Amino acid sequence: MSALSDQLVTFAILAYLVAMISHAVEYALGNARRRYVVAQPARELVGAAVGGSGGTITKAPDPAPRVTGVEGRPVGQARIAGLVAVGATVVAAALHLAALVTRGIAADRMPWGNMYEFVLTVTFVGVAGWLVVLAKRPSLRKLGLFLTLVMVLLVATAELVLYVPVVPLVPALNSYWFIIHVSTIVFSSGILLLGVVPAVAFLMRRGYEAGKRSFPYTLAKRLPAAAALERLTFVLHAFSFPVFTFAVIAGAIWAEAAWGRPWGWDPKETWAFISWVVYAGYLHARATPSVKRNVATWIAVVGFLTMLMNLFGVNIFFTGLHSYGGLS
Amino acid sequence: MTVVDERPTTPAEAPRRRPNRLLALLRNSWRQLTSMRTALVLLFLLAVAAVPGSVLPQRNISPEKVNEYFVEHPDLAPRLDRIGAFEVFGSVWFSAIYLLLFTSLIGCITPRMRDHVRALRSKPPAAPKRLDRLPQHAVLPLPEGGVPAIVEALRRRRWRVAVRGNEVSAEKGYLKETGNLVFHISMVVVLAGVALGHWYGWSGNRLLVAGEDNAFCNTRQQYAEAKLGPRVDSAHLPGFCLVLDRFEARFLESGQPDHFNATVTVEEPGKAPRSADFSVNSPLRLDGANVYLLGHGYAPVIRYTDRYGKSQVSDEPFLTTGDAGLTGEGLAAFPDANVDPKTGRRDSNLQVAFTGLYLPTAPEAPPYVRSQYPAERNPALNLVAYRGNLGLDAGIPGSVYELDERQIRTGKVKQIGDKVLRPGESWKLDDGTTVEFLGTKRYVTLSVRHDPGSGLLLVSCGFLLAGLMGSLFGRRRRVFFRVTTPGDADPAGETPTSGSSLVEAGGLPRTDYPGFADEFAQLVAAVGGGGRPDEAAGTGRDGHDRAGTREGTD
Ligand code: HEM
Repeated sequence: MSALSDQLVTFAILAYLVAMISHAVEYALGNARRRYVVAQPARELVGAAVGGSGGTITKAPDPAPRVTGVEGRPVGQARIAGLVAVGATVVAAALHLAALVTRGIAADRMPWGNMYEFVLTVTFVGVAGWLVVLAKRPSLRKLGLFLTLVMVLLVATAELVLYVPVVPLVPALNSYWFIIHVSTIVFSSGILLLGVVPAVAFLMRRGYEAGKRSFPYTLAKRLPAAAALERLTFVLHAFSFPVFTFAVIAGAIWAEAAWGRPWGWDPKETWAFISWVVYAGYLHARATPSVKRNVATWIAVVGFLTMLMNLFGVNIFFTGLHSYGGLS
Repeated sequence: MTVVDERPTTPAEAPRRRPNRLLALLRNSWRQLTSMRTALVLLFLLAVAAVPGSVLPQRNISPEKVNEYFVEHPDLAPRLDRIGAFEVFGSVWFSAIYLLLFTSLIGCITPRMRDHVRALRSKPPAAPKRLDRLPQHAVLPLPEGGVPAIVEALRRRRWRVAVRGNEVSAEKGYLKETGNLVFHISMVVVLAGVALGHWYGWSGNRLLVAGEDNAFCNTRQQYAEAKLGPRVDSAHLPGFCLVLDRFEARFLESGQPDHFNATVTVEEPGKAPRSADFSVNSPLRLDGANVYLLGHGYAPVIRYTDRYGKSQVSDEPFLTTGDAGLTGEGLAAFPDANVDPKTGRRDSNLQVAFTGLYLPTAPEAPPYVRSQYPAERNPALNLVAYRGNLGLDAGIPGSVYELDERQIRTGKVKQIGDKVLRPGESWKLDDGTTVEFLGTKRYVTLSVRHDPGSGLLLVSCGFLLAGLMGSLFGRRRRVFFRVTTPGDADPAGETPTSGSSLVEAGGLPRTDYPGFADEFAQLVAAVGGGGRPDEAAGTGRDGHDRAGTREGTD
């Protein structure tokens, strides 16, 4: 079972790679369409209206602008590449889930016992969240390039750096709080990590819309409108922040039972605190009209970096009570 | 996003009264402090200030590591120490940041609380003249029941309704601001809970060796280290006593711990002794204190028989060295050995001590320095014997776990040999005295704590969470209905309703709320029994943009 799980992880990474490449192909082919777009300013307008409303997120949105034969072959191919990318992402997510399930069966517990399993679960939540977003707003598909890039990096890091064989839980983790605390942490971390995808895309797209044509901004040419990206960034963060808050509180309750104090500024706790404060800062900044939306979004990106520190850095660089990563 | 950013200032007042400069300065600083920008900056500072707390070792968490750091960085460490970098979370600057933040917070929420209470008490405001200017707008035929039917439909959906003649105003989503206030207030209460625990709480750590002779009673002196809050009098510690009867530990083949359980006899004042079990994750909860199991190890029982035939037994715990095999390191000191029973004279140069390593599972072959498994499968005690002045009488502070190095260096204590003993074996020293390894007892590392703030913390965290959800997911919005009967003069002269008995409806989301168009459409449909919102798409769309930028407009 455990060997099967390891293989599934490898296949999942490959599938993410395929998805990433397909997205890149879609991108490249999409760029080839530029001439047509210039020739048809009306198309740009449609695109802007779809994304620009920014308010219709709960409604089933208009499908991606319809591709007509007039626009030529590259567009059709781009669309196919995009659909292949989505298909590959779904396959990757399924493999990813299967890897988690087999790992859980092999260990006879929830697969969250060490950092390897933890990162694997968090990234799965991220990709599942992405698929939900995609189902609701197919027009955001192009963000998949960033998402699959993040997935390949994180899952491959997990497999190459963090891998540990299956072992049972140490008694300190053996508590129902384990399930409550870790599942919510995993869930919220996954969504928060996912949040960086539209956040970065927004920052690039915003620059692009403001007329910047230098390197990172040009990438944003084919992205959805900035307002829609910003909105998605907010929705993801606003949704996961209370879950993260709950998870931290549950962790404190557990820490009281296990270590005799709800909060002890152990490195993991310290970084959870830092992430929480940074994300609270993001929500504040976004609620403040005098703070520009891109400043607020930068705060969300900083929050993402603190989450990475939480996931990887703390277990690698520091020792503390939470050092159950299994690395030595 | 109701009342956000700088609160409206009233500069007009200033010149009229020629106010005191200082007062003006204070007022301005206060406004600055309670602005949302300041809150943001302080939040950011708080996050940054917490970073060194994870990067540098902290004295209250791992004092040994701080000492190591001093050895490794002799230049840097004292400088860091001076700015409190080893006690970040108690440092002046960290406290300053969060105290400022909380001052800002209180300054921010007090006026908002007042405004909100006022809003809760007042009726939804009168409808604006031009409902078609609102982000949502619809015209529908007058429902059969007239105005009361509209009110009824709104009330059923839990809108707060005010009727003014032929106008109905309704508002919903006060929960957002309520939740936001509850959330921020809870944060203040959380801080109060922490402070309460700090002032009135206490904690102590100690090792408890199994057996009745090693009973522990809860007094200040019995703790190896104890921390008492500033408002705690050591005389008021609850007077319970604990005896460790049994400690069970199970391990997997890999040596990884699997299960722990400590069985103790508890004696609390005024109660009959009782037996209790506790473990990692399920502490022993007593009156006024909780006992947590933090660690465990072995205490070798060592009997020394001196040259006068007198025996003494030591069962001091051997501290675990941190390896998975539970290798223990410790000291058995017999300062009262070799006292001539006839003269009663003690020769301090004949004191005896043994340092040693205890290996619950010794390897097959030497060196016997590292245990291979945490349970006692092949126990061995690797002892080194010393004789001489242990330095214990001279008032030199000594550790019960280590021999005083100075006495060895100055030659006052001499090493007289070493030997590996199995349980039951004995070793005859050069002077004919014997040492026997009788077996081991278990010991546990306990943390005993009392935190009077914890209940408050738990409750306030619950409120915090509930408030946060209300704040994030609540949506304040208003709708208005105006019945227009035929012949009504319309002030703008271009009413779309003149000529028939119609209802004009308008909706205003007061917070960022993308789903409002849908809700409005449903509401209109429910009220009008099938009335269609007009141009919902067009008005709705740019209405969103208006709402997005003009959040907070009345
Ligand atoms: C202890 C530090 C603070 C933390 C951790 C914190 C956290 C938060 C969080 C997480 C939110 C998001 C809820 C939402 O968007 O509705 C929020 C909203 C808000 N906070 Fe704070 N806050 C703090 C201090 C302050 C201070 C000092 C002020 C006043 C200057 C303030 C004013 C507000 C306001 C007005 C909102 C509402 C934003 C909205 O309507 O969406 N907060 N706060």
